[in-house]
Amino acid sequence: MRIRIRHETTYRYAEAPRMAVQHLRLTPRNHDGQHVVGWRIDVDRDCRLVQSEDAFGNTLHRFSVDGPIESISTVVEGEVTTFDMAGVVSGAVERFPPILYMRETPLTAPNAAISAFAREATSKESGALAKLHTLLGALHESLTFDADVTHATTTAAECFEHRQGVCQDFAHLFIASAREIGAPARYVSGYFLRSDAEDQVAGHAWAEAYVEDLGWVGFDPTHGVSPHENHVRVAVALDYLGAAPIRGAQSGGAGETMDVKICVAQAPVFSQSQSQSQ
Amino acid sequence: MDSRLTQFDELAGADGCTRAPYRKLSQWLAATPPELLASRREQAELLFRRIGITFAVYGAQEATERLIPFDILPRILSRGEWTTLEKGLIQRVAALNAFLADIYSAGDILKAGIVPADLVYRNPAYCPDMAGRRVPYDIFVHIAGVDIVRTDDQGFFVLEDNARTPSGVSYMLENREVMMRLFPELFALHRVAPIENYPDELLATLRSVAPPRANGDPTIVLMTPGQYNSAFYEHSFLADKLGVELVEGRDLFVRDDVVFMRTTEGPRRVDVIYRRIDDDFLDPLCFRPDSALGVAGLMGAYHAGNVTLANAVGAGAADDKAMYTYMPEIIRFYLGEAPLLQNVPTFRCREADALAYVLDRLDELVVKEVNGSGGYGMLVGPHATRAQIEEFRAKLKAQPQNFIAQPTLALSTCPIALASGVAPRHVDLRPFVLQGANGARVVPGGLTRVAMTEKSLVVNSSQGGGTKDTWVIDDAWVDEEAAGQA
Repeated sequence: MRIRIRHETTYRYAEAPRMAVQHLRLTPRNHDGQHVVGWRIDVDRDCRLVQSEDAFGNTLHRFSVDGPIESISTVVEGEVTTFDMAGVVSGAVERFPPILYMRETPLTAPNAAISAFAREATSKESGALAKLHTLLGALHESLTFDADVTHATTTAAECFEHRQGVCQDFAHLFIASAREIGAPARYVSGYFLRSDAEDQVAGHAWAEAYVEDLGWVGFDPTHGVSPHENHVRVAVALDYLGAAPIRGAQSGGAGETMDVKICVAQAPVFSQSQSQSQ
Repeated sequence: MDSRLTQFDELAGADGCTRAPYRKLSQWLAATPPELLASRREQAELLFRRIGITFAVYGAQEATERLIPFDILPRILSRGEWTTLEKGLIQRVAALNAFLADIYSAGDILKAGIVPADLVYRNPAYCPDMAGRRVPYDIFVHIAGVDIVRTDDQGFFVLEDNARTPSGVSYMLENREVMMRLFPELFALHRVAPIENYPDELLATLRSVAPPRANGDPTIVLMTPGQYNSAFYEHSFLADKLGVELVEGRDLFVRDDVVFMRTTEGPRRVDVIYRRIDDDFLDPLCFRPDSALGVAGLMGAYHAGNVTLANAVGAGAADDKAMYTYMPEIIRFYLGEAPLLQNVPTFRCREADALAYVLDRLDELVVKEVNGSGGYGMLVGPHATRAQIEEFRAKLKAQPQNFIAQPTLALSTCPIALASGVAPRHVDLRPFVLQGANGARVVPGGLTRVAMTEKSLVVNSSQGGGTKDTWVIDDAWVDEEAAGQA
């Protein structure tokens, strides 16, 4: 499937900062399940955008701008062709052995309740893959999507207490549970093509777990499925913090507000925006 | 069981004959009236109060800052003893650096199966962000504080490697300054090797690892988490001795991968940061986003090679107490040499056999948290209450991988001067090892920490331990006499 994405993030300040720095993880890379046809990134401020690769192999752009800064707007736009790989992620950039992804982080630390849930839910299954799929189903069933309950720094344990949250929380919970049953797991940020609406207010997030002999496999607890051709994978890390689309800091200033506009649509078959880059 | 029977006193020796390095001190003590010692103790107290040397103690309800107890009798090492120690320390730090450079690149030691990969990759102090990065001259640990103990006349044991932001060097320097004022006559009797050059050596070390663009004239700063940090006094003291600016995160900023310091004359480019702030707080864009102590974008500048951090980010992956147990193998693997300093025998509680053994003998062993420091989260079995032992038993069973255990060592003792007279107390030693592009150096001595209460084995200043001046003496009579005694 060919998917067109436009993602605009605008930060506005009631009181302009003197200076701001941002790290962007907004650029997808290729793997066997996705091919980036074209992608561009644009910041509406006068700055030098430095591209590099982060520790996990994600494409990272950094910039710093001098103030006074009333707003910063970042737009990424492009097209990605996706293939259904039944959730298996192969051919991706891997910088660490799977064991690294057994590390706990504050956002993904399991508590006793998560640990018990993960063990009970998977006790009848044998085999890592079956356990993980069962875990996915169990989590999907017990969780309710609610954007008002949690925030960017909600931990897996907090989310599990309410059984409510957003895709980010569900991904953290899946990661915490998977590590509890011995599977290395990581966070994925990306986009999801919905059948009901093109315009969205947030990106998507899911998890990947490592299965011996199969490699990394995606699990999307929000939808209760393994990622398929509607998923576009952008960045991976131990948790949200390492894969966050934008991390920023500013000196001075106050009253920051953020506005996100995302459009994920199936690209027309004869797309004009397809760039035959020369 | 009286542990004093097996205890080694550095003055009295095992057989009660005064050991050679202490001969003149011992004679002097015998000839000195107790009133004189008492008055010198008072003078020392006054001097320290005037200097304002303090240490903040976390968890103490009263004043957050207090004076560290200081003992006026020097601890003395012969040149021969020091030479052995110095070689061992330099070897140890070379191995720590080789290990860090390896685990953040090829990982040969993991592939060789010498150190378990999960111990490295799951170590909270292993910094994924450093993987695949080179640091200048492959030096991660520029300043190490290696804790040393001895139990007899023979060798030294390493108790702990501190490769992150080891503190205490200001006490080493202050103690010497105070001692020289208090006891000129004792200095006249001994040829005490100088340590006053430590700030110069540290500065030379930091300059040697500056980015090339600094052209040999780098701007160096000392970065502190601020006045609420337990070692703030040391930070300001060292900045002053080094002649560099003492800065907090808010005094620095990064533009286009270059670090600048705000000054009254405008921004000034910074080349080397001697940071006394933990990795987690360095850069809110890479680590803890809620850190108000760091500098946004600092890691970008670091990776771009525009600034050198000392010690390097992620150096803590080598000084973890679980990694400590592998140090002898690490030394052999990288240097192809036998370790000159021994490790204290250590049980890794992550291993089932070891755990069972440890649980059976909690009243005999010292149990330490793998990631703890400063004597927090530690059980000294022989001195613990029933309740403390049971508390640790529960902790050990819940998370065995977080603990190691060691036999309770009969740490050597040194005489200290108390109101009631001279008495032996347990000591350890933290020498400071500097590793620059221009070589490794250790100023002769270090910080001797002393447990002020009788029989106590905990010397950490956060647990009420005190300090002593440490002398390495060059006198020929010591070696002649030592040879005669042997």
